[in-house]
Amino acid sequence: MIAVVDYRKGNLSSVQRGLQDAGLDARITDEAAAIARARAIVLPGVGSFADAAGSMEQLGQMEVLRQRIAAGVPFLGICLGMHLLFEGGSEHAAPGVPTPGLGVIPGTVDALPAADGAGRTYKIPHVGWNNVDQCVPGNPLFAGIADGEYFYFTHSYAAPPCSAAIATATHSVEFPCAVQVGEACFGVQFHPEKSSDAGAALLRNFAAIANRP
Amino acid sequence: MLTKRVIPCMDVAEGRVVKGVNFVNLRDAGDPIQLAQRYDEQKADEVIFLDITATSDKRATTVDLAARAAGELHLPYTVGGGFRTVEDIRTMIAAGADKVSVNSAAVADPSLITRASQAFGCQAIIVAIDAKRRADNPNKWEVYVAGGRKATGIDAVEWAVEAARRGAGEILLTSMDCDGSRDGFDCALTRAVARAVDIPVIASGGVGKLEHFAQGILEGEADAVLAASVFHFGELTVRQVKEYMAAQGIPVRL
Repeated sequence: MIAVVDYRKGNLSSVQRGLQDAGLDARITDEAAAIARARAIVLPGVGSFADAAGSMEQLGQMEVLRQRIAAGVPFLGICLGMHLLFEGGSEHAAPGVPTPGLGVIPGTVDALPAADGAGRTYKIPHVGWNNVDQCVPGNPLFAGIADGEYFYFTHSYAAPPCSAAIATATHSVEFPCAVQVGEACFGVQFHPEKSSDAGAALLRNFAAIANRP
Repeated sequence: MLTKRVIPCMDVAEGRVVKGVNFVNLRDAGDPIQLAQRYDEQKADEVIFLDITATSDKRATTVDLAARAAGELHLPYTVGGGFRTVEDIRTMIAAGADKVSVNSAAVADPSLITRASQAFGCQAIIVAIDAKRRADNPNKWEVYVAGGRKATGIDAVEWAVEAARRGAGEILLTSMDCDGSRDGFDCALTRAVARAVDIPVIASGGVGKLEHFAQGILEGEADAVLAASVFHFGELTVRQVKEYMAAQGIPVRL
């Protein structure tokens, strides 16, 4: 069973359906015990960092997620689910006091700047289809997916530059849009479940990772 | 680089596409999901379902549609029309809609934008504006509500700025002068709004041919272009439009 973690902030059926289409037995659950038993875990992105983190703490999901990721269980965080892999997030938090995340990757998730280094302004939220530039060729999450392929993004906050980055995208700044920690823990800023054929290919790649013996 | 979006819009009543759909090779032109899937194949970037159901008791079918779409569509979709309260919006988001668009209710009570944006995130809230050029000043546009039947006296550019300030994630801007004309977008209106706000603007109303789509981006400075009948009748495919835009140097996903 693949657990789609429900922290009660929105509809997860498109994520579930995307994983099912990739051949995974994906079930939506909010129970820590079910998450602990799952052979792979998907953390979707709904709501704000502070809201989601608070809800996950209340539901007892944070600690079990940390343990399972540390144990090497295949994991995919989507959008906010990727942000939650980081130490903290500044969205809806007091200035200088980010809300703690899972802490798997160092750094704080901050608002995307509205201008680039040259002072050119950009529309925020970053919404629409953008190129995903792979940092290293041959990552299993991007197997068979062309470097620079388009995926669907919708977000106002982004991960800080980090050594975990396996792909980047560029709006006002270049930011990590896919990360990997260890063998099987991944996060993606874009929405594979909303990214048509390219997204389906990525979810099949995650399914192959999740189904490794 | 972030691409410019092409968005087919479907008018839906009681869960069925209405008004001018005569799609070639489609078994059931009235099924919004089937039509949206066809647009997905043509590389549409997202779709909008505009609920024009007159009575609120029949809106449950649109909630069902949103729920079906969550399972069956692999591209983002917006549901617009008839939202009056945060609870109305919550029901649609809970059913699976990625975004909702609000119009008249936001004009009546702008705090709806603030509250909905806080509850669901700005990326989920589109503010739709129907604007008409003022007879006494061709450089000003007035906001209309109630499906374009009622003038408000509000300046469209000022209202867009207010909506963005209150947490709208995008502006869906329809020119009432151009809508249905097939003469192209009101690029002056679109540009005025696009320059005034720091959120994406979707241009709507008036496209009849390929050139119009590119004009909306290049002259109107829009982030996305919306059309309905030219797609529904199969006169143009989304792919044709995007290939044309690409040839004009506009970044699009093909």
